[in-house]
Amino acid sequence: MKIVATFKRVPTTEAQAKVGGDGKTLDPAGWQYMASFYDEIAVEAALQTKEKHGGDVTVLTLGPSEASKEVREFLARGADSGVILKDADPAARDPRWTAKALAAKVQALGADVVFTGRVATDRDNAAVGPMLATYLGWACVTEVVALEISGAAGTAQRETEHGVETVAFSLPAVITCNKGLNEPRRPNLKGIMAAKSKPIAEESPSDAGAQAVVLSVELPPARKAGRIVGEGLAGVPALVDALKNEAKIL
Amino acid sequence: MSTILVFVEQSHGAPRRASLECLSAARATGLSVAAVVAGEGAEQAAAGLGAFGATRVVALTGAARWSADAVASDVAAVARELGAKAFLASATSTGKDIAPRVAALLDSTLLSDCTALTAEGGTLVATRPWLAGKALAKVTSTAPVFCATTRPNVFPAAESGGTAEVVSRPASNGGRASVSAVAEKSGGKLDVKEAPIVVSGGRGLRGPENFHLLEELAAAFGSAATGASRAVVDAGWRPHAEQVGQTGKTVSPKLYVAVGISGAIQHLAGMRTSKVIVAINKDADAPIFKIADFGLVGDALEVLPALTKAVAAARAR
Ligand SMILES: Cc1cc2nc3c(=O)[nH]c(=O)nc-3n(C[C@H](O)[C@H](O)[C@H](O)COP(=O)(O)OP(=O)(O)OC[C@H]3O[C@@H](n4cnc5c(N)ncnc54)[C@H](O)[C@@H]3O)c2cc1C
Ligand SMILES: Nc1ncnc2c1ncn2[C@@H]1O[C@H](COP(=O)(O)O)[C@@H](O)[C@H]1O
Repeated sequence: MKIVATFKRVPTTEAQAKVGGDGKTLDPAGWQYMASFYDEIAVEAALQTKEKHGGDVTVLTLGPSEASKEVREFLARGADSGVILKDADPAARDPRWTAKALAAKVQALGADVVFTGRVATDRDNAAVGPMLATYLGWACVTEVVALEISGAAGTAQRETEHGVETVAFSLPAVITCNKGLNEPRRPNLKGIMAAKSKPIAEESPSDAGAQAVVLSVELPPARKAGRIVGEGLAGVPALVDALKNEAKIL
Repeated sequence: MSTILVFVEQSHGAPRRASLECLSAARATGLSVAAVVAGEGAEQAAAGLGAFGATRVVALTGAARWSADAVASDVAAVARELGAKAFLASATSTGKDIAPRVAALLDSTLLSDCTALTAEGGTLVATRPWLAGKALAKVTSTAPVFCATTRPNVFPAAESGGTAEVVSRPASNGGRASVSAVAEKSGGKLDVKEAPIVVSGGRGLRGPENFHLLEELAAAFGSAATGASRAVVDAGWRPHAEQVGQTGKTVSPKLYVAVGISGAIQHLAGMRTSKVIVAINKDADAPIFKIADFGLVGDALEVLPALTKAVAAARAR
């Protein structure tokens, strides 16, 4: 089976937002980067699929050359090869643009299944996975917390606000991975050594162009200073009073 | 007048609140509002949408099973037929499952999880959070159809008292993936994303055995959901579905109560847009107090039962 896991290189969750000089971007000064949280789960799902069904795993990212650090980490965990579709500023792409570039590469790789994250934690689109599947004309199950593939079909569970849905799908498919699907492994020394000789290709992405236009970026208004209403049991009546008379919630 | 099409979710014939909010957001743009509703109960749900501002409603009926790709292709067909200038869905699990596919079928990008939507000189402009709300971007789109999802609990679900022309049409069958079973949550337990009040617990609750104190407080408030910090989810004290934060769910309830939660940047990102924030923590220097409207310094295990009683008493009056 030809298995692809996508990941996006995003600022770490500790990154503070500061508006850039143009008022339309964020200033990346001081940021550190990581593979988006849910993409770790996507890569793990790809590795487990390979372990069960055979085949090979390609990790695919559209991002800067520096993403080779994360690619190397995933190769050390057991992926077979990496592809970087070079783009210095992937966050500037809207989800359609990204999905189209990924779709072209997934098609060229001849993949049977693609694992993506549920959402990338920089622009919070939660859109690239299902858009990718739609451009490919493939099945897609989103926000998956349990997965079973057998032959050319599978079942997946997704958690919604109202309960758990079981979805039957046919391959090829895009699965967007949610927390709970698995626990990502850490690489061992053997994997780290093996990763050194695994291939990472750098290519140019196809370019559909942007449709989203950023007009301005701001920081959210600071919350107005609150107050400590009291301490211990003695503070409870003051808290309830504040909820009732100031917040008008009770 | 150009049309904005809204995908309305429903359950057993009742439109979901998040979708009514989405209809209100659509109506506030001044465009003419059409709605499309699918699944078992679609016709019944369609009948009530005029009151929330839809002037035309298409009910897709008769599908044997729910298939997101089949629904999306039907919805995209309706959008094309109406010549819709914009398409909206709510940023719920179902909305996020459908909307990106509809957008792709219309070869339009998607603006996700918007917290404001305005019409500025004939163009729609959305506000959407970046980095889980650490920044807010104003964005528009040059797509053939302006496609966006709206965050639940942000827009009012206002009745307009109108009526709609409702048409039914057969839904497509045979998607590439379809729902074969649904295990509905027992006892109508609310999800943190939809609940108007969220009561969350962190490591300060000391152990999973103490979370009943939090559930009792949630019950005393009425329509409240229980949430959790990542630390307690990772420890296995609470289910993943309850995690609030940058790598969990982003919530905007009218009241958020953080109990025994320190207020790490990743947690704050997920709840800082709540209308009112209450923090209960035994450490007066905990960062959570910096963004709380009302803070109570104290031991959660001691304070919670008393607070539950006092809230119940205040609501009984
Ligand atoms: C990539 C990444 C993503 C993350 N995503 C998230 C996320 O989505 N959501 C999230 O929540 N976190 C997230 N985190 C984790 C985050 O950094 C914190 O570790 C976590 O939020 C801490 O949880 P906590 O507040 O329950 O625990 P702690 O930080 O240990 O805080 C416990 C608090 O309880 C108080 N306390 C102790 N005993 C009592 C008592 N008896 N009564 C009252 N108060 C008491 C303490 O004073 C303390 O303030 C993420 C971290 C990383 C690295
Ligand atoms: N630039 C990118 N390169 C590779 N994968 C991406 C990229 N952007 C998004 N994805 C994938 O799509 C998922 C959802 O991203 P998004 O729709 O942007 O929230 C991510 O978790 C990734 O798996």
